[in-house]
Amino acid sequence: TFISFSRSPKSEGETNEKRMTTSAFLLRALTKKKQFVASNAPRSISIITNLSRYISTLILAEHESGSIKPQTVSTVVAANSLGESSSISLLLAGSGSSLQEAASQAASCHPSVSEVLVADSDKFEYPLAEPWAKLVDFVRQQGDYSHILASSSSFGKNILPRVAALLDVSPITDVVKILGSNQFIRPIYAGNALCTVRYTGGGPCILTIRTTSFPVTPITSDSESKKAAISQIDLSNFKEDSASRSRYVGQSTQDTERPDLGSARVVITGGRALKSVENFKMIEKLAEKLGGAVGATRAAVDAGYVPNDLQVGQTGKIVAPELYMAFGVSGAIQHLAGIKDSKVIVAVNKDADAPIFQVADYGLVGDLFEVIPELMEKLPEKK
Amino acid sequence: MKILVAVKRVVDYAVKIRVKPDKTGVDTQNVKMSMNPFCEIALEEALRIKEAGFAKEVIAVSIGPSQCLDTLRTGLAMGADRGIHVQTNSNFLPLTIAKILKSLAHVEKPGLIFLGKQAIDDDCNQTGQMVAALLDWPQATFASKVVLDKDKNVATVDREVDGGLETLSVDLPAVITTDLRLNQPRYATLPNIMKAKSKPIRKMTVEDLKVDVQSDIEIVGVTEPPKRKSGVIVSSVDELIDKLKNEAHVV
Repeated sequence: TFISFSRSPKSEGETNEKRMTTSAFLLRALTKKKQFVASNAPRSISIITNLSRYISTLILAEHESGSIKPQTVSTVVAANSLGESSSISLLLAGSGSSLQEAASQAASCHPSVSEVLVADSDKFEYPLAEPWAKLVDFVRQQGDYSHILASSSSFGKNILPRVAALLDVSPITDVVKILGSNQFIRPIYAGNALCTVRYTGGGPCILTIRTTSFPVTPITSDSESKKAAISQIDLSNFKEDSASRSRYVGQSTQDTERPDLGSARVVITGGRALKSVENFKMIEKLAEKLGGAVGATRAAVDAGYVPNDLQVGQTGKIVAPELYMAFGVSGAIQHLAGIKDSKVIVAVNKDADAPIFQVADYGLVGDLFEVIPELMEKLPEKK
Repeated sequence: MKILVAVKRVVDYAVKIRVKPDKTGVDTQNVKMSMNPFCEIALEEALRIKEAGFAKEVIAVSIGPSQCLDTLRTGLAMGADRGIHVQTNSNFLPLTIAKILKSLAHVEKPGLIFLGKQAIDDDCNQTGQMVAALLDWPQATFASKVVLDKDKNVATVDREVDGGLETLSVDLPAVITTDLRLNQPRYATLPNIMKAKSKPIRKMTVEDLKVDVQSDIEIVGVTEPPKRKSGVIVSSVDELIDKLKNEAHVV
């Protein structure tokens, strides 16, 4: 059955919906009509949207083996700060039973999620930008969203700019702070400057969210019972066009028991000074002892000590753990870009002039080959 | 086949930037500028494809002020056959750049467009994806390996994704954006720098290309990030563990 995108109040307990006044509904109905009549009237639409302060967000969700990724929940947290009266829809695409499983988990992943939209088709078996961007556009045409969000993962960065170009709007990458429904802060120049931007366009505002800036607070148990409605999207009118011109071939993923680098509480990073793959295992052991994730500098990845997905920095992962420990890391601008928001930074380096010491809370000038074994011996076991 | 490579002139990656006191942006006066590192990698890959006999011509494009000519000359010295300079003094958003590149693609009809995955100044990571969308071409972003099959007219691309590597196959024409590990860009030799001076650079304007340059993003202000409070140098592992336990409470 075709899903209804009308935003009438649904079940009890949906506080966001309740808060919305009747006038807001009327205004919304007006704007919706207006878009059908004259889609080239962005100015009037934005004025009305501002009046009603109605924020309707579509989040392109990331999921894996039947559950929502933590980055997506952080994106929901970000969406919550866009404005007071808002509705949040999660869009899940994929195929088969793991998608349906993920959808049911998504429905209760955060109390402010108002609905879960599911696009189940072989076309979405793999996250290829061409069909997925078309899908987001397809869903948007029926839902009239003021904002479209995804996390700033390789997934979000691949797809959302493509969506934005289809809609002829400028997307905003790596939002670290939301100041209002159309004003945002994002880092530029490897995080050495913060840029405040205002979106002035008429179409939906398209953002990718730096998830480390929007931590998920633990949800209380009574809210767990609240489940958002799940709707299956009717794809019979969905056209592919260019979609079949790209094909998924395969993937090589690193199996790891350790916590995810992007969301770990502790991150232990090694640089070129580790000198070999074998030596890098010391970093891994220390990470295990502290229950942390392993990161690396570009030099360590290029030297082949660890795979590329462990690179931390401007072009790798951005981390913001409680404890970040760098061993044999000099502290190039590009690496610091990825660690600056860590709560406590510890640096161990032989070179007392290494730039890493300028950002470290605790620095130890010494040989990491002596320091790491001593730390292993003296550090308390993880709780 | 022609390959179009977009190259951007940015503040050199090693420069420590300064935010202007009036908070309107970052000071780029009297600062060393270079070709964006990811663009160098994109150009290098295009040159390698040409050298392997898969392409006839590599065209470097840069959009910006007259100093972009230096960036284009660098590209020509690396081995690009000719350059296109779209002259403007505005700082265009990636969407506008993408529209300009789309127009150029209609003129030049390349089989591949290479771009860096992001510029190290605005850190947007958008332009390649947007060009692909505007042209309705497939995209392969964050490429760390590109293998062309001339007979099938297909590119097989390894992409650096969050969990590891992903392999895609895209029909040409396509847009590919390059990651750091795709290749090691060559240095321009002195003879090649001299030769580059006689290679053609075509000058164009956005009006020539009939591109709508309207901006939908307004820069409200640029500020310095909050400074971290200065740390301490400890003298031993014991002192470090003590600080982490009793001062920072993180272990």
